Amino acid sequence: MSAALPVLILLTSLVPAGVTFFLAQDSHSLRNGLNLGGAILKLGLIGWMLFSVAGGASYEAILPLAPGLVMLLRVDALALLFISLSATLWFLTTIYAIAYFGTKAELSRFFGFFSLCVAATTGLALSGSLISFFIFFELLTLSTWPLVAHKQDKPSLSAARLYLVYALPGSAALLWAIIWLESATGPVLFTDPPDLSVLEPGALRAIFALFIIGVGVKAAIVPLHGWLPAAMAAPAPVSALLHAVAVVKAGAFGVVRIIYDVFGAANVVALGVGVPLAVLASATIIWGSLRALQQDEIKKRLAFSTVSQVSYIVLGAALASPLAMIGGLVHLIHQGLMKITLFFCAGIYDERAGVRTIAGLNGLGPRMPWTSACFSLGALGMIGLPPLAGFVSKFYLGLGGLDAGAPWVLGVLVASTLLNAAYFLPLLYRLWFLPAAEDATGDERAPALVGPAVVTALATLGVGLLAASPISPLGWATLIVTREYGP
Amino acid sequence: MSLTVFALTGAALVGLGVYGLLALPHLLRRVIAFNLTGSGLFLFFGAAGARGGAVDPVPQALIITGIVVALSASALAVGLVVALARSSGKVVLPDEDPAP
Amino acid sequence: MTSLVVLLTLPLVAALAVLALPERRREPLGLLTVAIGLVAALTLAASVWRSGPVLLTLGGWTPPLGIALRADGLAVALILMSALVMSAVALAARFEMRATRVGPRAAFGFWVLMALLWGALNAVYVSRDLFNLYVGIELLSLAAVALVALSGTAKALAAALRYMIFALVGSVLYLAGVVLTYAAHGVLDIGLLAARMPAESDALALGLMTAGLLAKTALFPFHVWLPTAHAAAPAPASALLSALVPKASFLILIRLWFEAMPDLASSAAVMMLAVLGSIAVIWGGVLALVQSRLKLIVAYSTVAQLGYLFLIFPLAGGGGSVQPWSAGAWTGAMFLALSHGLAKAAMFLAAGICIAAVGSDRLGDLRGLVRHLPMTVAALALAAITLAGLPPSGGFTAKYLLMTSALAAGQWPLALVLVGGGLLAAAYLYRPMAALFAREARIAPRPVPRIWQAVPLTLAASAILLGLFSATPFDLLQIGRPEPAEEGL
Repeated sequence: MSAALPVLILLTSLVPAGVTFFLAQDSHSLRNGLNLGGAILKLGLIGWMLFSVAGGASYEAILPLAPGLVMLLRVDALALLFISLSATLWFLTTIYAIAYFGTKAELSRFFGFFSLCVAATTGLALSGSLISFFIFFELLTLSTWPLVAHKQDKPSLSAARLYLVYALPGSAALLWAIIWLESATGPVLFTDPPDLSVLEPGALRAIFALFIIGVGVKAAIVPLHGWLPAAMAAPAPVSALLHAVAVVKAGAFGVVRIIYDVFGAANVVALGVGVPLAVLASATIIWGSLRALQQDEIKKRLAFSTVSQVSYIVLGAALASPLAMIGGLVHLIHQGLMKITLFFCAGIYDERAGVRTIAGLNGLGPRMPWTSACFSLGALGMIGLPPLAGFVSKFYLGLGGLDAGAPWVLGVLVASTLLNAAYFLPLLYRLWFLPAAEDATGDERAPALVGPAVVTALATLGVGLLAASPISPLGWATLIVTREYGP
Repeated sequence: MSLTVFALTGAALVGLGVYGLLALPHLLRRVIAFNLTGSGLFLFFGAAGARGGAVDPVPQALIITGIVVALSASALAVGLVVALARSSGKVVLPDEDPAP
Repeated sequence: MTSLVVLLTLPLVAALAVLALPERRREPLGLLTVAIGLVAALTLAASVWRSGPVLLTLGGWTPPLGIALRADGLAVALILMSALVMSAVALAARFEMRATRVGPRAAFGFWVLMALLWGALNAVYVSRDLFNLYVGIELLSLAAVALVALSGTAKALAAALRYMIFALVGSVLYLAGVVLTYAAHGVLDIGLLAARMPAESDALALGLMTAGLLAKTALFPFHVWLPTAHAAAPAPASALLSALVPKASFLILIRLWFEAMPDLASSAAVMMLAVLGSIAVIWGGVLALVQSRLKLIVAYSTVAQLGYLFLIFPLAGGGGSVQPWSAGAWTGAMFLALSHGLAKAAMFLAAGICIAAVGSDRLGDLRGLVRHLPMTVAALALAAITLAGLPPSGGFTAKYLLMTSALAAGQWPLALVLVGGGLLAAAYLYRPMAALFAREARIAPRPVPRIWQAVPLTLAASAILLGLFSATPFDLLQIGRPEPAEEGL
């Protein structure tokens, strides 16, 4: 059982993906049943594993490829943190996407690649060796391309091309880093940190930089973030996937793995590469917020907000202090919940009211109360208003900054909070306090669109209120840090 | 002594043939040049089999095989040249045509 | 052993039988031949897997009197790959090489030439005698040239003749090397040559043979004939030409350098081969990037992919016994040869389907085909993943093994070529993918049977599976592997 479980959990996404490709366009119920069934099964498996892993169990499955290529799937606490997020959000996004697309064309292709993306993310989370991480990382890149290009029009295709223009050289850098490291130390398993003393410190710094470039493209670290705002050309469920479920999260997760499981926090500090990365992350946080301020389109503003927020996770990992690490890890979950709420709502505004620009939000609050309430909760959470999710993350990041002897992090957090408020509060003001335009339309008679948004918005509130309980994301992040990376 | 003569003649034939194969634009000439090269090689090969007085039968068997191979290659080449001449009216390759 | 004999004789008998049989029997006979051949290849592979290399001495005469045939892991892997490609090509040819589509002459000639080509390939894979290899590679070249000329247009004939000139120069050079070797040692068996007393003329002989084989393998700067020739042939023929034919002359190079005369490999010589290979990777990629026809893009990609194979010469060995995980460059290059064969055949067959649907392979005319030919586009995409060396494909396994050796041996410029070539491949293969994926179609496509579409998809998928389950082929390739492959040249 212990070897079958990681494989089984991968198959819950992979099998629906494989079958969906071959379904006829109009077999809606079969396709929907298959995808939702896979998601529910996956959630069940994860729920069961959460308890056993909390009790200290771990599961491993190994597929030996050619020598040196070790395909290792392993369930540990960190992997569970990530897959429980992606599985929950996959389930909700699938419901949302089914309602969003209705009976539009090419749905089998869409849901096939969607599930494949989630399968790649699952595999990436479960990867126990560098090379299996890379394999799933690339699978994620490739399976995202058809989603970004889904509309098949010129803007989508050029956005998809831009995505590959960033992603493929990024993965070349990642591959180079992996092989450079492994050609000196042998295959790297996360459970068994490599002996770094065989390489010169200079070479190690170069390898670290290549690693960060490789995963930094996905994590949208400035200046590697250009593809993310452009990818807004894709449909709303794809944006949700890119920003919350899979892609940028995979990048941030990669940063955590590289710092803690490949190099080790102590080596990162000793090599002096943690602080530059933290500075880069801080620059990204500020730059993303500044750029978000300048956007007039809702989705573009949200996209730059993601650029900024994901770097909180990078910052938490780079500071190499346990408290900052907790803040970063918990933000992996919190940012996902908040950002997916915002994207769900942006999609609803677009679909039900035809609103894409910030000016169009005027007076939509009373007309679309549920959606707007969810949007407001997500936005306030992003700003970091207690007791919402974002506050918890920022609190721990601040503590971690002090702990790591980098008090300037507090300044970054404060500046970022002010900027977050500056680009989100005007939206809320328009929603609730400005009068609607004469010809404004819009309703929310689409429970399958609004429902998922309500669930994630409540979760944003819940994870903040219940942060002290051991099964909350904060509790789990603390468990990870104290059990596996503790001093 | 006679060995050296065979070797030198063979080498000269190979040299002439390779030059023709590479430098002559007319395709039939190239086919003939190829056969010249082949003959030079076979001559050398046959001479190599006469080492130390006793005749080595292996090169002779190989030469016969080689001649058959060269013959089939020539046949195919001539066939292609004829087909090209019929369809384009030229006996040179298009991008080597001195008077296009 | 029976299966080896079947693999060598069956294609030749089939070629003759096609000549004799009436037209309606031709296709069934062709399909029966590939079916039997595939079973024989599997049987042979199983026997090599179980009990090591299969040896066959013709007529019971041992070398130097007789000629030895030996199926080691490498040979049997190539035999198996060729049998797969042949089966796929035969299935596609059922649709594509119909007399009503291509004319009775081409429809008739294709089956004969395909069988001859197959027989020649199998002979080259297992021969251990330099002259026997010469005969095999000549038969191969002649069949290949005739396949290029199959359509009979002036353009195709000119391309075939250009190919023929290179092939003839190549065989002359190779034969000259063989003659010199015989003159010096009196033997031509690879095993006996390995144990020879070194002679002065050896370097010249090896140089001549290598130059001849490079012309046939179309390594830069001898590549000029390849793209026009491969693009001029009908798609199933192009698949054979690009996927299989260059592998035969490359295999002879491997036999010469790693098995017959490894003592002659100087570091300058192996580096020169690798430099030519690197230039081919970059130059072929750049030229592929500027083509506007799918078949030409795929053909130039062959020039680039063949370049990778030549990195084997300096990289084999890698970190050697100190770092056992990095000694896989030799196997890596063989993985590349195998996965390239499968993926390239898939690509040409898919291109053939596109041409059948819209009557052209210009990128502009292919726009929007994804809606009508999703399976074909999927085949192209999977093949592109393999060619660009992205995981999880055979191409990735190959690249990983080569790159690990390169970095372990400190040859980082060669690793750079591997990475850069992969990015270039992604770039030039992206253009047809983007065109196929566009929304608006320019030409209303004709329907294409699903079974036909499934053929390239299966091939491309097997190239991916080669990477996903690389442990078994890896071990197969180690059977009978020459020592210098591990130690380095």
